[in-house]
Amino acid sequence: MSAAADEFASSGGLSRREFLRQLQAMGGLLLVADGLHIAKAADAPKYGAAGMPHGTVDNPLVFLTVGDDGWVTIVVHRSEMGQGVRTGMPLIVADELEADWSRVRVQQAPADEEKYGNQDTDGSRSTRHFIDPMRRCGAAARMMLEQAAALSWSVPVGEVHAAKHEVLHQKSGRRLAYGTLAKRAAKLPVPAASVLRLKSPEEFRYVGKGGVTIVDGHDIVTGQAQYGIDPWFKDMSFAVIARSPVLGGRVKQFDANAAAAAPGVQKVLQMPAPTPKATFHPLAGVAVIANSTGAAIAARKLLKIEWDDGANGSYDSDDYRASMQESAHKPGKVVRETGNVDSAFKSSAKTIEAEYYIPHIAHATMEPPSAVARIVAGKVEVWAPTQAPQVTREDVAKHLAIPADNVTVHVTLLGGGFGRKSKPDFAIEAALLSQAMDGRPVKVTWTREDDLHHDFLHTVSVEYMKAGVGADGKVSAWLHRSVAPSLATIFAPDVNHEVGAELGMGFINMPYDIPNLRLENPEASAHCRIGWFRSVSNIPHAFAVQSFAAELAASANKDHRDYLLELIGPARQIDPDSLQDHWNHGESPLRYPVDTGRLRRVVETVTREAGWGKTFAAGRGLGLAAHYSFLSYAAAVVEVNIDAQGRIVVPRVDIAFDCGPQVNPERIRSQLEGAVIMGLSLAMFGEITFKKGRSQQDNFHQYRVTRMNEAPADIRVHLIPAADWTVPLGGVGEPGVPPIAPALCNAVFAATGKRIRSLPIKDQAKRAT
Amino acid sequence: MELQINDQNVTVAAEPDLPLLWVLRDLLGMTGTKFGCGMALCGACTVLVDGQAQRSCVLPVAQAAGKKITTIEGVGTTPAGAALQGAWLEINVPQCGYCQAGQIMSAAALLQAKPNPSDTDIDAAMSGNICRCGTYPRIRTAIKQAAARSHAK
Repeated sequence: MSAAADEFASSGGLSRREFLRQLQAMGGLLLVADGLHIAKAADAPKYGAAGMPHGTVDNPLVFLTVGDDGWVTIVVHRSEMGQGVRTGMPLIVADELEADWSRVRVQQAPADEEKYGNQDTDGSRSTRHFIDPMRRCGAAARMMLEQAAALSWSVPVGEVHAAKHEVLHQKSGRRLAYGTLAKRAAKLPVPAASVLRLKSPEEFRYVGKGGVTIVDGHDIVTGQAQYGIDPWFKDMSFAVIARSPVLGGRVKQFDANAAAAAPGVQKVLQMPAPTPKATFHPLAGVAVIANSTGAAIAARKLLKIEWDDGANGSYDSDDYRASMQESAHKPGKVVRETGNVDSAFKSSAKTIEAEYYIPHIAHATMEPPSAVARIVAGKVEVWAPTQAPQVTREDVAKHLAIPADNVTVHVTLLGGGFGRKSKPDFAIEAALLSQAMDGRPVKVTWTREDDLHHDFLHTVSVEYMKAGVGADGKVSAWLHRSVAPSLATIFAPDVNHEVGAELGMGFINMPYDIPNLRLENPEASAHCRIGWFRSVSNIPHAFAVQSFAAELAASANKDHRDYLLELIGPARQIDPDSLQDHWNHGESPLRYPVDTGRLRRVVETVTREAGWGKTFAAGRGLGLAAHYSFLSYAAAVVEVNIDAQGRIVVPRVDIAFDCGPQVNPERIRSQLEGAVIMGLSLAMFGEITFKKGRSQQDNFHQYRVTRMNEAPADIRVHLIPAADWTVPLGGVGEPGVPPIAPALCNAVFAATGKRIRSLPIKDQAKRAT
Repeated sequence: MELQINDQNVTVAAEPDLPLLWVLRDLLGMTGTKFGCGMALCGACTVLVDGQAQRSCVLPVAQAAGKKITTIEGVGTTPAGAALQGAWLEINVPQCGYCQAGQIMSAAALLQAKPNPSDTDIDAAMSGNICRCGTYPRIRTAIKQAAARSHAK
């Protein structure tokens, strides 16, 4: 088990260390009922960034330089995939530094966690984990510049202060620019964290203010921005790979004669055989290397490959769904229990049941997986759009059997990540192929078909719900069974339950005020690569819980908002441990309790702003959903207008969001706008299906995503201001997604009376009208 | 083969049926034009050929020979392209940014044909360009702003 854990990079909030703890806990459960607690006691928890591999670094000499010319260069060690980290993180440093933002340059760090601290860009935690270290970097450098100025003027340092790129001595009116002070300041000792003077929040110039153009904006709109697919060398080769269509499959034999003779082809070779564990290893296959990607794609079509499919060759989405449904109707492993659900059902005025289905979803980043590698004198250089730079470095080293010190990973911009690019299989492929070409630069590009056939897919799940309801409509008993193959299966194929991080995504930590409750997790096995997709298991859990709450409200003839607020119950702070959520996104249960007051407030805000309660003509309506994830609170109201043909139009979406203090509100808004559209996209169209172990969707005509004419023109983001900066930060990138699909289906119900329990919606509204 | 790209004459040795996208990206190292699907389904590879938006991933290079090819690297020299790039920055349209070259090229073709596009015009011209990050509302705003600015001049 521990070997699997070592290979585990991180998930949406799940660190390697955390994963090890969970696997131990699962083993423990076989022996003792309270295994989770035993494992917890055995390994005193470290929270937040301290619980991540290599933790944090707050040395200003690592993260920033001030040039003689006055230009400040700030290093960003997390990966930019559209969430705005290359703008937000330097903004924090620049603010504490009292730097003038117009004289700040941003530089991307290569993979080196010993130097920079943890680089796994996932789990909506870059800003949450690094705001304090980055503030300390900026403040320490500011104090060094002040010290240098005081020494220059031979005045006490207490008489000088830094402001906007210079240090002032108020008494004498003298001032020295940062550029002038740079050399002297760099020779001074870095002040200890304990003596740092951090700004008070009201002194912030940039943090919390917005109004900043994203740092890569100009390069993006002029075509200069460098993604992983973009590095180009005169002598480079271009590769595509025909991979096993079934997970665990192998090449039995292949005939490369026609492909090798095709125009531009330089080499055809077999990739290494797969290992029993998928992890992040390249899949079995045959690579075609040519003088252009287009030539390689054309030649690949000429390959004749006979595959040995292996054990997953019978994976069939319809059969699998039926087997999950069967599991969902039988008792499963109890993961949380309060009161006595069975007797409460018997004494209820009525019971209500529902079953929900959420299929596999592909990330479909617009930049498909791709990377470049070259090897010079035993030193490997990789250019990769990776969310996990250090894991990429270590895995490339492992596959080439060389020390990690001989591998440099240049982190490019990511053309979308969404969790897919935490897995560096594509970068390993590039390195292996460069090795096969005697170190020549090789670019591997996945075609869209490759991407949709071989993704680390979002899990597939059946969620069964049953409630016992009194004559007053109040819920007295709640049973929820969640059946879904775990993402842990890529590291340990025999795992057949959701791990703590998956349970803790809106299932086990559901905070409703219900006296009798039982949560069960029946077994499920995996037959394709399961990975983390933006907001991960929150997607199925929120879809089930938020759809079911609306169903209960309708059954009780009550307003959905009022009913939801009653389910949430009074404002209170709940210890996640008391909900059996011992994961809590890796954060301290004391610092990050589940705050139902904040959950109530996003519901109240979004319904007020969206005009909840207004009446519509038939075919139009509003739907509501709220969800707590990644330590942030989100609620959405989706408006639908369904025409006579049953076509769903979404003219407007309101989303209220509370992530605590906001570093760069402008990028928070853009993330939420994007989350709304991605949520609508997966709800309307998102589905990968399997027949004979093979993904059935080839390209965007079969794997539909929302387009301009289908997107709401009007998305209104309502950010809830934090009381002050003592409130700990929540995540931003992911928590906007989970409420969207249930809010949409609740709106379809409000408009038509048709309840959609199976995603994607596709044309299900048509049958209703 | 002779190509005219961004007002420059370029000679390139390429198979005539190789898609223009790979000639630009792999043979010439002009990587601003992006690969997204290879089937003209996503618009990431959009370029202008004699002013018309074309998906370069399915356009054999031979069909572009002798015509004026404009890519994201050159569109800023046209009034519509410059106005769009400016509006894109003011509104902070991009998230990951990967699709935005194709979006701007489609928008440039739209503004050249319809200097004052309606929402319906924008839907028609832009629905072939996928943005997975979901920047559509900002793209719409930016196109309208660029159109308004171009008129004011």
